[in-house]
Amino acid sequence: MSLLEVEDLRVSFPTRSGVFDAVRGVSFSLGQERLGIVGESGSGKSLTGRAILRLIRPPGKVSARRMTLGDEDLLTKSDKQMRAVRGQRISMVMQDPKFSLNPVMTVGDQIMEAYAQSRRGNRAERRQKTLEMLEAVAIRDPERVFKAYPHELSGGMGQRIMIAMMLIPNPGILIADEPTSALDVTVQMQVLNIMDKLVAERGMGLIFISHDLNLVSSFCDRVLIMYAGRVVESCRADQLYQAQHPYTQGLLDSMPRLDAPRERLSVLERDPAWRHADSGDLS
Amino acid sequence: MRIQETCHDSFLLSGIGWTPYRNIYRVDGLHMTQGIVIEGLDVWFGEHAERVQAVKGVSLEVAAGASVGLVGESGSGKSTILRALTGLVSTWSGHLQVDGETLGKRRSRAFYDKVQMVFQDPYASLHPRHSVDQVLSETLALHKLGDVDRRIVGLLEDVGLGRQFRFRYPHQLSGGQRQRVAIARALAAEPSILLLDEPTSALDVSVQAEILNLLSDLREQRQLTYLMVSHNLAVVAHLCESIAVMQNGQLVETLSVQDLRAMQATEPYTRELLKSSMGYVRSTQRADDSQTSPAN
Repeated sequence: MSLLEVEDLRVSFPTRSGVFDAVRGVSFSLGQERLGIVGESGSGKSLTGRAILRLIRPPGKVSARRMTLGDEDLLTKSDKQMRAVRGQRISMVMQDPKFSLNPVMTVGDQIMEAYAQSRRGNRAERRQKTLEMLEAVAIRDPERVFKAYPHELSGGMGQRIMIAMMLIPNPGILIADEPTSALDVTVQMQVLNIMDKLVAERGMGLIFISHDLNLVSSFCDRVLIMYAGRVVESCRADQLYQAQHPYTQGLLDSMPRLDAPRERLSVLERDPAWRHADSGDLS
Repeated sequence: MRIQETCHDSFLLSGIGWTPYRNIYRVDGLHMTQGIVIEGLDVWFGEHAERVQAVKGVSLEVAAGASVGLVGESGSGKSTILRALTGLVSTWSGHLQVDGETLGKRRSRAFYDKVQMVFQDPYASLHPRHSVDQVLSETLALHKLGDVDRRIVGLLEDVGLGRQFRFRYPHQLSGGQRQRVAIARALAAEPSILLLDEPTSALDVSVQAEILNLLSDLREQRQLTYLMVSHNLAVVAHLCESIAVMQNGQLVETLSVQDLRAMQATEPYTRELLKSSMGYVRSTQRADDSQTSPAN
């Protein structure tokens, strides 16, 4: 069963020199799985994530032939109805916790606020749920962190708090936009571990947006590779290293690898034809 | 850390007492070498109660023509070492030596003829209102180098940018092109040592490959010495011959690239870094908060 269906998603921005199409006909469906979206900066991967939540500000335009969450149409929803989707049904973790957490509010209050959006209940109950959630994201001392302000916490803790906040309304889908690229590798692994576990336990669908091919191939079930606003290839994550498309191969070859030393790294030669390649039906 | 201890031991044995870092080797002339010598380097920020010890007794040697990588987590003090070397941080103690010259609190112009630095973020390290030409000619003027016109064209060609980029402003350049300009600026003084602070971490992998290739070409052509900071083990392994691992301001281990590639690290921290850099390993175990979460 698919949780989310996206067909022919387009995002465009008017500029002085004409309309710029940042996302050009992306189609995919998401089930209870970890779907990775990889690509370089400017490939439209983050905009795809934002467009699903209709978070593209005017003058940017989002259009799609179809965008359904379960059996609901996301395209025809009013802004008010969208607010009931954001955070509650689909939530999103951004790259840097420093810019996503409110600096003048304690962590506990912020998470309780997220919880209060979806459920009624008195303060004691909300507090209880928040502490449980903090524990679920492997925060050792939830009571202390509950009362702390974001600047008192490390980046890794901040990111786990973001995840706690996003998961407390129990959404069906989590969109994680480079959730670990601001973190150190060892902390990164902990955060991924937590997301992995929660996704598995709650049967969520995860869209994992990243530029790190290594990470995506080891963490996700399925990968979409984006180039210039299109999906150029889709494959099983563990088969990413056998990818067919020259762009994907070029990206993989240009990465230095610990296990395979090379005198020179091969440099990606971009073929203009990739821009026009058909995204095809890659559901 | 081990290195520092052996260092201490030798001083204790020689009975030098508590000011070990003005050390006896220099008198013997054994350390009158080219390259970089760091001994017992401490760097701190803030005073009294707010004092943070960012680097704790680090000793490291980079021979002339060698390429050494410094790896570690953010906050481990790896960039701070570079900043202390270049004189961007003045609160340090210990012994720093570059090409046989012992460094004091201030750096001479001659020092910057020898040592230059490339910074992490090419978006932040170039003046937005200065064209490439201005950036390079200012640097050349500072180093009292003549023949500006020929040199600028030469530098741009050396870093793989044509002369058509000479009068562009940073906003007209991509990230990779900006980093090339930053490298050209560093090379303008014709240094023998380049300090590289995460030179590719703000770039896409395909652009990273171009910059890494450029750096290895330049090193070969100009016999440069590199001291590179990075959190990416694969990048460091590609460009460097030996690697120093830092944790919480201390040097925990130095190892050769061969050992690193063969996963032959002795320190548990290095092993953990190696394991993490190989990608995500799915486990049923609950993630443990207790191992690593530094407060900064």
